Amino acid sequence: MATSSEIQTAERSFQHHFASIEQQRDTATFGMWMFLLTEIMFFGGLFCSYLVYRRTYYEAFVEGSQKMNIILGAVNTAVLICSSLSMAMGVRAAQTGKPKLMVILLLVTILFGFGFLGIKAVEYHEHWVNHEFPGPNFHFETGDPAHPATDPLHTQIYFGLYWSMTGLHALHMIIGIGLVTWLVLAGMRGAFSPIYYSPVENVGLYWHFVDLVWIYLFPLLYLISHKHSG
Amino acid sequence: MKIIPHDDEYTHVIPPSLYVGIWATLMVLTLITVLASFAELGIFNIVLALLIATIKGTLVVLFFMHLRYSPKLTMVAVIASVCFLLILFSLTMTDYLSRHWATFPGR
Repeated sequence: MATSSEIQTAERSFQHHFASIEQQRDTATFGMWMFLLTEIMFFGGLFCSYLVYRRTYYEAFVEGSQKMNIILGAVNTAVLICSSLSMAMGVRAAQTGKPKLMVILLLVTILFGFGFLGIKAVEYHEHWVNHEFPGPNFHFETGDPAHPATDPLHTQIYFGLYWSMTGLHALHMIIGIGLVTWLVLAGMRGAFSPIYYSPVENVGLYWHFVDLVWIYLFPLLYLISHKHSG
Repeated sequence: MKIIPHDDEYTHVIPPSLYVGIWATLMVLTLITVLASFAELGIFNIVLALLIATIKGTLVVLFFMHLRYSPKLTMVAVIASVCFLLILFSLTMTDYLSRHWATFPGR
C-alpha cells in the first residue's frame, strides 16, 4: 500500500482536470509518445536523404564508410544499450518505490551517456584532423593508390550526412543527460513515488528513443560495405 | 483518497530478469550485425543489417519503452507513425527511382 508521504507527493502532483492519477499518467505518457513520433519524422528527413544519396552515389558512400572506426562504433552501440538497461532499471526502481536505487541507476545512465559522447568525440577528432569534415578544407583519399577515390565531391555528401545525423543524435544525448540530471536532483528531494513517477517514465522513453536512433545509424553509416572499393 | 487507484497494481512492473534478457539479446544482435557486415552478401548485406536493426528496435520499443504494456491508443499511434514514415520514403522514391524511365524529345 502507498505510505502517507507517497500519497502526499501524489496529491501535490495531481492536476484537478484529470479524473484520476492513472489518467493523468496515461495522458502524460501519451503526450511524450506524440513528441517522440514527431522526432521520428525529424530524423526521418535525414534518413530519407541518406536513402536517396546512398542509392545515387553508392561507391562514394562505400569509400567514405571505410574511414569509420567500426570498433569504436560497435563499442558505442554497446555503451548505449547498457545505458538503456540502467535507465529501464531506474524507471523500475521508481515504479517500485526505491528512490535511492533509482538515483544510483540514473547516475550510472549519465555515466554511460558521457562515455558515449567521449568515444564520439575521439571519432570526431580523428575525422576532423583527417579533413573529413565537409567544407573548404575537405580532402579525401582512399589511401589505396591502386584505387583512387571515384568522386570526392560525392564522398563529401556521405560525410555531410555522417556529421549531421550523428551530430543531431549527439545533441539529443546531451539533452538526455541534462534531463536525467534533473531527475537525479528531483529524486534526491523525494519528488517521485510509485504513484507519481511520470517524469522518470517519460525521460526514460526519450532516452530509449535516442538509443533506438543509434541502432539504425550504426549499421547505416559504419557497416555499408567492407570491400575495398574499386 | 479518490485520486489513488484502489488496488496495489498502479502500473505494470517488468521483472529485472526480462530487462537483462532483452539487454543480452541486444548485445548479441550487435555482435551479429558487425560480423554479418564482414560477409559478402551483395544486396543482402543491407537487408540483413536493417532486419537486425529492426528486431533490436522492436525489442527496445516493446520492453524498454513498455509499449507492450501500454494502452492500445499508444500502440496504434506508434504503428501509424512508422507506416507514415514508410509512406513518405516510398513517395520520395517514386520520384528518384523513376526519373531515368522518362523519355521525351531531346533525351
